[in-house]
Amino acid sequence: MRTILFLLRKEFLQIFRNKSMLPLIFIMPLVQLLILSNAATYEIRNITFNVVDLDQSRFSRELVSDFINNGYFKLNNVGFSLENSEEDFKLNTARLIVHIPKYFEKDFLSNGKTKVQFVINAENSADAGIIYNYASSITRMFNADVIAEFQNTSTSKALPLINIEYSNWYNPLLNYKTYMVPGILVVLVSLIGMFLTGMNVVKEKEIGTIEQLNVTPIKKRHFIIGKLLPFWFIGITELAVGIVTGIIVFNIPLLGSPFVILLLASVYMFVVLGIGLFISTVTNTQQQAMFIAWFFLVLFILMGGIFTPIESMPEWAQIIAYFNPVAQFNRALRMIMLKGSGLPDVLPALYFFVVYAAVMMSLAVWRYRKTEN
Amino acid sequence: MNTDDKIIISVNKLTKRFGHFTAVDSISFDVYKGEIFGFIGANGAGKTTAIRVLCGLSSPTSGEASVAGYDVYKQSELIKKNIGYMSQRFSLYEDLTVKENITFYGGIYGLTNAQIKEKTDYLIDLLGITSEKNKLIKSLPLGWKQKLAFSVAVIHDPKIVFLDEPTGGVDPVTRRQFWDMIYESASRGITIFVTTHYMDEAEYCNRISMMVDGRIAALDSPYLLKKEFNASSMHEVFVKLARAV
Amino acid sequence: MKRFRGFVIKEFYHIFRDTRTLLILFGMPVAQILLFGFAITNEIKDVNVAILDMSKDNTTQEIGNKILSSNYFKLYENLSSVLEIEPAFKKGKIKEVIVFEPDFGQNLTRTGKANVQIIADASDPNLANMIIGYTSLIISDYQRELAKENSFLFQIETEIKMRFNPNLKSVYMFVPGLMSVILLLVSALMTSISITKEKEMGTMEVLLVSPLNPLQIIAGKVIPYLLLAFVNSTVILILARTVFKVPIVGSLWLVVFECILFVITSLSLGIMISTISPNQQTAMMISLGGLILPTIILSGYIFPIDNMPILLQIISNFIPAKWFIIIIRGVMLKGSDLSYVWKETLVLFGMSALFTFISIRNFKTRLG
Repeated sequence: MRTILFLLRKEFLQIFRNKSMLPLIFIMPLVQLLILSNAATYEIRNITFNVVDLDQSRFSRELVSDFINNGYFKLNNVGFSLENSEEDFKLNTARLIVHIPKYFEKDFLSNGKTKVQFVINAENSADAGIIYNYASSITRMFNADVIAEFQNTSTSKALPLINIEYSNWYNPLLNYKTYMVPGILVVLVSLIGMFLTGMNVVKEKEIGTIEQLNVTPIKKRHFIIGKLLPFWFIGITELAVGIVTGIIVFNIPLLGSPFVILLLASVYMFVVLGIGLFISTVTNTQQQAMFIAWFFLVLFILMGGIFTPIESMPEWAQIIAYFNPVAQFNRALRMIMLKGSGLPDVLPALYFFVVYAAVMMSLAVWRYRKTEN
Repeated sequence: MNTDDKIIISVNKLTKRFGHFTAVDSISFDVYKGEIFGFIGANGAGKTTAIRVLCGLSSPTSGEASVAGYDVYKQSELIKKNIGYMSQRFSLYEDLTVKENITFYGGIYGLTNAQIKEKTDYLIDLLGITSEKNKLIKSLPLGWKQKLAFSVAVIHDPKIVFLDEPTGGVDPVTRRQFWDMIYESASRGITIFVTTHYMDEAEYCNRISMMVDGRIAALDSPYLLKKEFNASSMHEVFVKLARAV
Repeated sequence: MKRFRGFVIKEFYHIFRDTRTLLILFGMPVAQILLFGFAITNEIKDVNVAILDMSKDNTTQEIGNKILSSNYFKLYENLSSVLEIEPAFKKGKIKEVIVFEPDFGQNLTRTGKANVQIIADASDPNLANMIIGYTSLIISDYQRELAKENSFLFQIETEIKMRFNPNLKSVYMFVPGLMSVILLLVSALMTSISITKEKEMGTMEVLLVSPLNPLQIIAGKVIPYLLLAFVNSTVILILARTVFKVPIVGSLWLVVFECILFVITSLSLGIMISTISPNQQTAMMISLGGLILPTIILSGYIFPIDNMPILLQIISNFIPAKWFIIIIRGVMLKGSDLSYVWKETLVLFGMSALFTFISIRNFKTRLG
């Protein structure tokens, strides 16, 4: 037991003396959190668009002005050739072309039916869908306005209107920071957990200092705990600082209990630390350890529902996500902070972490050999 | 030269293979309590491998060995309680101070806080580094590092201390001082097992074994070896031996 | 020149003897492309929704069925009271609740107006937007069909043409981005570690007293990784083409050229990192910890750059991946040739030169 204290003391001394690492461990994550939380948004503003109006009628001009007056759109160019207009797609100066064919107004008045074409630069498919949504809703509103106009002057039947009311819960202003901050925090904390402990152990292997420890009567489990605990402390501290920062700087809500978060985070840290540690027992160089850790980290991040929703993934990916601790923690953290979910709601995640951590730790202890074969 | 007939290290047909390469080839020898036993040989002869097996850092491929009465296969952790070790690559943490290193290893070997304090003061005074006690190891000259490393290796008064090429890269004066420390420990009853490729250091040992290509080519006291090979120095003994093998 | 060649060959041996690392260097990017290519998508599918139908008439049934029969939504449960909404969200299983007011159908036929409420869990705002968008689209569609039935006229039909990506497959958008993320990270990682390892092990001094000059040393370290990364990008391109059917509309040679250029940029970035890191750990923390998130978030890979605050848009200019994504999307999806992407290409050239210059200078001053 006492040996752990001596180990901890040595580790902390070494960590805090490492001048080049300290800012990377403490400051860099914070800076990233502050800056990157502002980045994530799918809202689109300033949608540059071209107009190709081959009708030049009162109708078409009204439709065009609806677009121009809409805050989301910005007029780039007006022309008469669709082909020329599409050049702007390649030049990245326009993303949408409102193409109004000849007889737009005439067809509408005589047949009650007419067409407008939207040509969208779909290289970014998410944007394309949203742009289409915006464009078609502007058109629908224009359509409704026209109909209303006619309704006043004709005797057509009343148009059935289903009134749709929208509500966004837990994030009524659709604040993307509220979405991003827990996600980024989870990534940063996992980074620290997976990398630092593992690298630390492998570094001692590489340099040879680990031999000096292997030749002492120190117990394996004491050694491992001694390597783990410092980074556990650092990880939890960073998470706490990050959450507080998120609340103060970005006004992220914290509806749930901080204690539940602490409990969950504590166990989660052991999971990522355990993974890092296990990696260190199967590699001999820092380079190898780092690559393996990198692979899993990027895997966990991108498939973890942090930037793209898990719900959009194919069946098999969703199953993998179920076993992805980063995904689980991210989900639980968002639930607790934004929806006020309580301990019973995140219990499954907690059990998952306990089992995962126990498995990883056992594997690491088992694989770590003081006597090489 | 044998002050006590008790055998503290016993090795019988010890072999260590790495794949197809045999680093240690069926060596057998005994080490007596309190003696200074040297493992001499060129680089790559298998000295480091042998020492690592005896320390419990590496398990043997075949053969038997017992250190301080414990079997290297099954009781390596017990061995570690009773030995000290200083490797050629490293011994102390470069980014910790003298005092911090001593405290750390003292604690790891189970010394009480009082004992640690006592040892720390004693060592710092003995080595004459009172003014550097709070300096980082990496700022110390090599000679001091190695003397300190040795002191730390015996901080818990082990029965045996294993030294793997402890004087590499150090000037002759410091080497001499280092050996003074070794003699001092031996006089306190600690058995010294040292490997070196410096032939003149072989003279300092009670008995030496010469390793060539993983095998023991000769085993006796320096005096008797020189007589046997009709040589005036250990270096000459080695050359004659290497040619014969 | 012969010395230099010997040096390069030694570097190759280093890499190829380390089978574990080799496996990782080749296998992982491939594994990642395959995994992420299929998994990273914004399209919604089988989103769990709950319906609170306070009316329970034909109309609400029809609307409900229409919503559920689309591939986007799946019924998780039917709620029976407003009080059940909150707990249902809290459990975390559903993303949307659709609430029909009492007497929905009657209201619609009698007064011509009825209310439906769509409540979305906006903790993921993007998902919420899309969910609301699609749900409204389906309901509006239903409304239009009703209107048709009443032979009501005056419809403006919208025709849509999605250029460069007719089926709105998000792979088209993501795979190029994925390429850049993976190439950048792997390259920067590899080289930064490689040099700092020599520093840590002490073998760097040996190199420096050799007749090789700093530029040769750097080049020698980089060349094997250049080849490796090139093989990697080729494999990734092949996968993109064959497995994900991402088109290569523009010139293949241009794509290859730009890939090589980007790899060089990333490698030189890694070298630069290594010259300012005293040990491997630091190099790793900088190249991994410092690059992962910014590259994923600020390169335009997932989040569009033009929507970000100005400060972030400026910062994104410093991320090589951002320029490469523009180039590669342009050439692959839009068939742009050099005349369209020359600016971005120039930027990558400039970055490579800058990183290399800084590296050489650091090399000289630190260890010279």
